[in-house]
Amino acid sequence: MSLLTLSGSPHLQTDRSVRGIMFDVVIALIPALLVSMWFFGLGALKVTLVAVIACVFFEWLITKYLLKAASTVGDGSAIVTGILLAFNLPSNLPAWIIIVGALVSIGVAKMSFGGLGKNPFNPALVGRVFLLISFPVDMTSWPVPRFEGYMSLGGITDAITGPTPLALLKAEKLAELPGYVDVLLGNMGGCLGEVSAAALLLGALYMLYRKVITWHIPVSYLGAVVLFSGILWLVNPGIYVDPLFHLMTGGIMLGAFYMATDMVTSPMSKKGMLLFGFGCGILTILIRVFGAYPEGVSFAILIMNAFVPLINKYMKPKRFGEAVQNG
Amino acid sequence: MKTFTFTLGGIHPEENKISEHSPVERLEIPGQLFVPITQHLGAPAKVLVNKGDQVKTGQLIARGEAFISANIHAPGTGKVSKIDVHPDQSGYRKTMVVIDVDETEVWEDGIDTGTSIIRSIPYAKEEIIQKIKEMGIVGLGGATFPTHVKLMIPDGKKVETLIINGVECEPYLTSDHRVMLERAEEMLVGVQILMKGLGVNRAVIGIEKNKPDAIAHLSTMAAGFPGIEVAPLMVKYPQGAEKQLIKSILNREVPSGKLPLDVGCVVSNAGTALAVYEAVQKNKPLIERVVTVTGKNVKHPCNLLVRVGTPIQALIDKAGGLPENSGKVISGGPMMGKALNTLEAPVTKGTSGILVMQQGESLRKEVQNCIRCAKCTQVCPMGLEPYLLAQEAKLEKWDMAEADKVMDCIECGSCLYTCPSGRPLLDYIRVGKSKVGNIIRTRKN
Repeated sequence: MSLLTLSGSPHLQTDRSVRGIMFDVVIALIPALLVSMWFFGLGALKVTLVAVIACVFFEWLITKYLLKAASTVGDGSAIVTGILLAFNLPSNLPAWIIIVGALVSIGVAKMSFGGLGKNPFNPALVGRVFLLISFPVDMTSWPVPRFEGYMSLGGITDAITGPTPLALLKAEKLAELPGYVDVLLGNMGGCLGEVSAAALLLGALYMLYRKVITWHIPVSYLGAVVLFSGILWLVNPGIYVDPLFHLMTGGIMLGAFYMATDMVTSPMSKKGMLLFGFGCGILTILIRVFGAYPEGVSFAILIMNAFVPLINKYMKPKRFGEAVQNG
Repeated sequence: MKTFTFTLGGIHPEENKISEHSPVERLEIPGQLFVPITQHLGAPAKVLVNKGDQVKTGQLIARGEAFISANIHAPGTGKVSKIDVHPDQSGYRKTMVVIDVDETEVWEDGIDTGTSIIRSIPYAKEEIIQKIKEMGIVGLGGATFPTHVKLMIPDGKKVETLIINGVECEPYLTSDHRVMLERAEEMLVGVQILMKGLGVNRAVIGIEKNKPDAIAHLSTMAAGFPGIEVAPLMVKYPQGAEKQLIKSILNREVPSGKLPLDVGCVVSNAGTALAVYEAVQKNKPLIERVVTVTGKNVKHPCNLLVRVGTPIQALIDKAGGLPENSGKVISGGPMMGKALNTLEAPVTKGTSGILVMQQGESLRKEVQNCIRCAKCTQVCPMGLEPYLLAQEAKLEKWDMAEADKVMDCIECGSCLYTCPSGRPLLDYIRVGKSKVGNIIRTRKN
């Protein structure tokens, strides 16, 4: 008889793996990628491919030659970071800038902390913010999508650039704002993944169904945005736009469903998640309305990332037997 | 029909109740029986026989003298060939009474081996407790807590409800399921005896909805037993854990460090109720029990009525032998059972099943970094943070582990099951529990 294996219980483990979770996120991001290709042409695909390949390459390079450890590329997290970084960039960004962003995301924000699971800040957002501060001009010249863009694939990407709705807002050009239908479908200026709220929602539903994310962070994030921008709008509709417009423009959908929900950099308890999302929402509107930048999602999430250890320390899950009921 | 369940956490592992339709068969008594003197939670029983003594089936061979201990009876007729150490299910060598079994079985005087069902219970509360104590009845669900101790309610505590655990939430196991189907009437009389012993008027039998036949059968039968009701429960692991079962049925939460008594109830297993019936009505000590022998590759998955002290090898032989590619043999279910290192170990009062796993299923997943997905926190039925407790145990931060309620962990294994990174969370938490438990005991003394 062969030797029997000994181990502690339980003797069953789920089929779910880190790799499976990461690929679920990739699947969820595909509709948004397709929509941005529709509006921005092949430029969107180019930016995404460059970012993904650079992220995977840098992770492989660092594990192999700097850490001299087993490669962690197989877990798929670098692919997710690559796609999320690309979704935060304009579609006409030069490849070398994207590669610098990927190096900052993977090298500085992720691997220097010890790789997947150890990073306090969302790697894609760190890369994005680094690029925004370092290359402000390239990072804010947005190609203008044309609904007929798909007919001239790649042809328009570098040709015309224009402001995002939020930049218009910042410049107090309310009259030039696009309509709701365009905003919902993504027919407006912006980053790759910022444009289509509808496609992002579709992917988010898939992630909820696959239990990759829970509702807590997105709902409290969006709720806080509606609440805060709603109050401002009610106070003076002349200078502040309504909450719906805030929800569907910029990176709020991408941020609330894909970036703030990043498992590694969000709180562990449900109460903590609600607080985290709420903080992200308030900070986003604060920066949008009163800050120097037209868009505040990246900064808001990064600031809240810094609070996660504190939130984890004080927001404990509800313990069994804590509230003694005798019903 | 209303379905009951608990609120916090829980998982849904594959049920794999392969042997649920196999009626209980009697396993013949092997040539030698190895009877451990500790088959229960508490102090070892004191051996009363000597080498060379002739014993009858059901004869008292070791007495539980401490407050928490239980009597041990001879599970077969024969000669005590030695009293020596022999590996038990933990793999350690423990003191056991070894009986060389005779061909003809002789029962101890006063034991009723007939099959007629006796329904009237002419005994008073104290007599019931005394009989249960004499017959060495312990909880058959796995924890093996002496049943008579459970029935002795300390002054100042009040019990209103008896909960009978027929949940069997462990995947693969079907022994309680078969008992509830085949011995329902006797089991219900056992429940009545327990109610009388406790002085309560209400008993609720909790059964998971994956056993609709048992729910239907017991509901019909229970109509003839006033005060006994059946509660169908949602299929969710660990529905059968004591605290979760009380929450499901009575919507009461046993506070940290307290007992079911503190919320007015006592929980006993379905198989135990049958043992109580046999002890009180038939004077029959606890010397045999139903054990499920199962596994995906086992030739004849079955439910066997086995004498305590039978080597596990004999059960596996009966089920068609150990399959070629076996990697692990588990005593109990796959979530909370113990992996065995030898098949020489005997069946004890607490052995509910023997599960043979294939080589591929036996190995743990590769361990990766924690990705802080919080799944362990979401599935923990006690509302703990397994990732944090494991880390605290790893870093030997015992004070922090205590503050984060490591002692509340019921070791159900949901965290380790659900971790996508395959981290050995419960292994670390067990270390933490043991250390923190020692620290708390030292502090009290």
